[in-house]
Amino acid sequence: MKKGNFTVVGQSLPKIDAWAKVVGETRYTDDLLMSRMAHGKLLRSPHPHALIKRIDTARARALPGVYAVITGHDLPRVKFGILPVSQDEEALCVEKVRMVGDAVAAVAAVDEETAERATLLIEVEYEPLRPLMSIEDSLAHPEVRIHEYGDGPNVHKAVALQFGDVEAALASADLVREDVFFFEGNTHLPMEQHSAVAQWGADGKLTLWSSTQTPHYVHRLLSKILQVPQAHVRVVAAPVGGGFGGKLDPFAHEIAACKLSQLTGRPVKITLTREEVFYVHRGRHPVLMWIKTGFTKDGAITGMHFRSWLDGGAYGSYGVASTFYTGALQTVTYKIPVYKFEGARVFTNKPPCGPKRGHGTPQPRFAMECQIDKAAEQLGLDPADMRRRNLAEPFVKTANHLTVTTIGLGECIDRVVEASGWREKRGNLPPGKGIGIACSSYLTGAGTAIYWNDMPHTGVVVRADRSGLVAVLCGATDIGQGSDSILAYLVAEVLGIEPKDIRVHPADTDLTPVDLGSYSSRVTLMAGNAVIQAAERLRAKIFEAVARKLEVTADRLVAEDRRVFVDGDSDRGVSFAQAVVLAESLFGVLAFPGSYAPPKRAGKYKGGGVGPSPCYSYSACVVEVDVDRETGEVKPTEVWIAHDVGRALNPLLVEGQVEGSIYMGLGEALMEEQVFRKGVHKIPSMLEYKSPTTLETPEIHTILVESDDPEGPFGAKEAGQGPLLPVIPAVANAVCDAVGVRIDETPITPEKVIKALEARRQGQPARVGPERLPVFRFPEARVVESAFGEPAERIAERPFAS
Amino acid sequence: MKTLLSLRVNGEERDVFAAAHKTLLEVLREDLNLTGTKHGCELGECGTCTVLVDGEPVLSCLALPVECQGREIKTVEGMALGGQLHPLQQAFAELGAAQCGYCTPGILLTAEALLVENPTPTRDEVKHALAGNLCRCTGYTKILDAVELAALRIKGARA
Repeated sequence: MKKGNFTVVGQSLPKIDAWAKVVGETRYTDDLLMSRMAHGKLLRSPHPHALIKRIDTARARALPGVYAVITGHDLPRVKFGILPVSQDEEALCVEKVRMVGDAVAAVAAVDEETAERATLLIEVEYEPLRPLMSIEDSLAHPEVRIHEYGDGPNVHKAVALQFGDVEAALASADLVREDVFFFEGNTHLPMEQHSAVAQWGADGKLTLWSSTQTPHYVHRLLSKILQVPQAHVRVVAAPVGGGFGGKLDPFAHEIAACKLSQLTGRPVKITLTREEVFYVHRGRHPVLMWIKTGFTKDGAITGMHFRSWLDGGAYGSYGVASTFYTGALQTVTYKIPVYKFEGARVFTNKPPCGPKRGHGTPQPRFAMECQIDKAAEQLGLDPADMRRRNLAEPFVKTANHLTVTTIGLGECIDRVVEASGWREKRGNLPPGKGIGIACSSYLTGAGTAIYWNDMPHTGVVVRADRSGLVAVLCGATDIGQGSDSILAYLVAEVLGIEPKDIRVHPADTDLTPVDLGSYSSRVTLMAGNAVIQAAERLRAKIFEAVARKLEVTADRLVAEDRRVFVDGDSDRGVSFAQAVVLAESLFGVLAFPGSYAPPKRAGKYKGGGVGPSPCYSYSACVVEVDVDRETGEVKPTEVWIAHDVGRALNPLLVEGQVEGSIYMGLGEALMEEQVFRKGVHKIPSMLEYKSPTTLETPEIHTILVESDDPEGPFGAKEAGQGPLLPVIPAVANAVCDAVGVRIDETPITPEKVIKALEARRQGQPARVGPERLPVFRFPEARVVESAFGEPAERIAERPFAS
Repeated sequence: MKTLLSLRVNGEERDVFAAAHKTLLEVLREDLNLTGTKHGCELGECGTCTVLVDGEPVLSCLALPVECQGREIKTVEGMALGGQLHPLQQAFAELGAAQCGYCTPGILLTAEALLVENPTPTRDEVKHALAGNLCRCTGYTKILDAVELAALRIKGARA
């Protein structure tokens, strides 16, 4: 790195694993073949809610080619879950199933076909219970209990938080709007089906290769579930063929593969079918929302009261966090001086919901940004101007005690307004065509770990030796977003070498320091800061050794072009490889750690741990649509997005993340839905679960805005999730501009558009959306003073920084 | 019931003794260890398992190897000749068209078939050719860009 200038950062370079991927060399979990390997299959419940009276595996065991058959009785009777507060899952259910797709038995056999045939020979006697299929259903039948724990009958979690006097703020407003929205559930649909290979060795030690985004959490939980010391468990994260949040929990197939391997003395592979992936789910929660906001005449928000009801499905998963997230980030985009949030997650007999790209925040963002448009219309304000005038302030705290650092949202709005021709188009497009805008913000890494501890959230070791190679060992997982490449670029930048000179090792709990996982858009910032720290420690030793050789002081040296030399006198220096030899000769083995934990800035109230982040990304999005008034079909024709990424460490990869987010957002806005009939998935296939193809994906214009955040590695913020958020409300707002109807629920299907147009023709409100709310009493709100406008420190103090 | 299959894969003659009902996808991955071909649904819905048979894109999860005997089967492993990447592979790597990379082999082969048939496709023609290949990472933009770049380079190399 030249002083003050970047050489690698900011370049549009190929990913370090791109070459392996284009020749088919990358080995995903299902590509792993081992000698003597057995193939496993799970038997899953056909009932949404039932007691298990009897399981008889005798006939399956007798089938030639079957090595082992297990039920929940063969596993330690320990319930588990990703969050310490929701330990409610079993790998193989013993007494009760709570959804179609709950696993009850598992088989290992000579091949997949034999294993599958064996599962059909397992006899299970069920006693069906009344299934609860919706929030209303679950609340109306407290006598039927899906779980015995929670904040009420079938209520997993109920929360209520209040920051300041919201009633007074609403009373002082010129306009108070109350609106109701519904966001339908949808799923990640990664192209790779989950897969795991387990090998329980003769030495009593277990190795699991898995397509997981969180090898560390799987490592911890396998130890608990299988009752073996963590030190005897090794989890290796194979390259992941798409995650989007769907590979963040420990799963039945991983646990069953381990146990089957122990019993058979063979490696065991279990790969899910596409249908199973739909049931494993953990995707976007269906959320019903009520939002009441006060506005002044010029569009400023005086206060907001937000309620959400989440249809959680059969298990906890990340649901407590999801619930808080539906109320956490409303406050970081616009000035909201006082704020109240009430949320409840309800159990139903459907596959559990969890984190999907944007985790819990796309739903409230849809509600809020649609409501702002409705208010703008009522107040006679331009929706873009109204948003622009009321932006949150940088380096202050929000009402709910979140510390915001840089905000590039103003520039984002200006850039998309300009690029899209908003001023000329808004209200002036021909009938059936419309344009809409929305904004958003997202975390750059969760500020707290999912289990309480004082250790780093991420660790790396950077190692160099006489070969000139630099190796990076980090427990983070590259799920396609390119996080391994980012680590290589950062090390290359600090050491003045090329990314090709660096090898980044995949997560392996035996070898790589702990990283919490690829979720909450945390890897670039957290592992990035840690790897810079480690590389700088290595560079300091290299400079010290070279300085001694050249008889200069170390502060005069620079590393660039694979050389270490005296600044301004490039002939006076050595090659990088020679520099490493000098340092290794002087100091011995060169391996340096880097650690990162976010600044401790959680609000001092219960629930204050969800929402804090080192910094927040910002996006503004304009969508233009063409609505067919005969068929109701909505076709997005062009999308403009500006994303404040802090600094684009590799613009090509950032654009890729933004484009992928837009695409996924359009799918959620217009077609994707995870829906059930009597507990059975209506459309568990890639044909019927509609997702956009090349033909449904419009031209996307991506603008990157750089705000150089002091918390980020060389100023970088996240890019992988935030850009999805504004897309969905921008589509809804564009549809309204095009045909004058409000579709207040996703997906915005042709049927709904037609229904709204028909309602208008009949003189009824031109809207399709939820008509009623559940009968539900939230707990008494915990009242905390609003922290709105309190100044934040410019650079936060963080653990392990020195 | 097993049967002896004589297949020509990536220019090599391969004899396989496999169950007659196994799909081409299964034989490629499990019997020939050509794991570059991926599976996304095994129902012919996502395009992930696309290979070329006599130059035509075929969903290997729906094809029976018996029917492919005597024909030229090409998988992603056969695209780079003598260590030289196909221009499509080069462009996909350079432009970030492969994120998780799982759909990439199927898309590369579908695009190769397109460029053989139509060396100068419009963006719309590329979109239509790839409409049967789902990708959940990229939003397709960089994939379309990469196919266009490869087409230009192939044309340039021929000129």
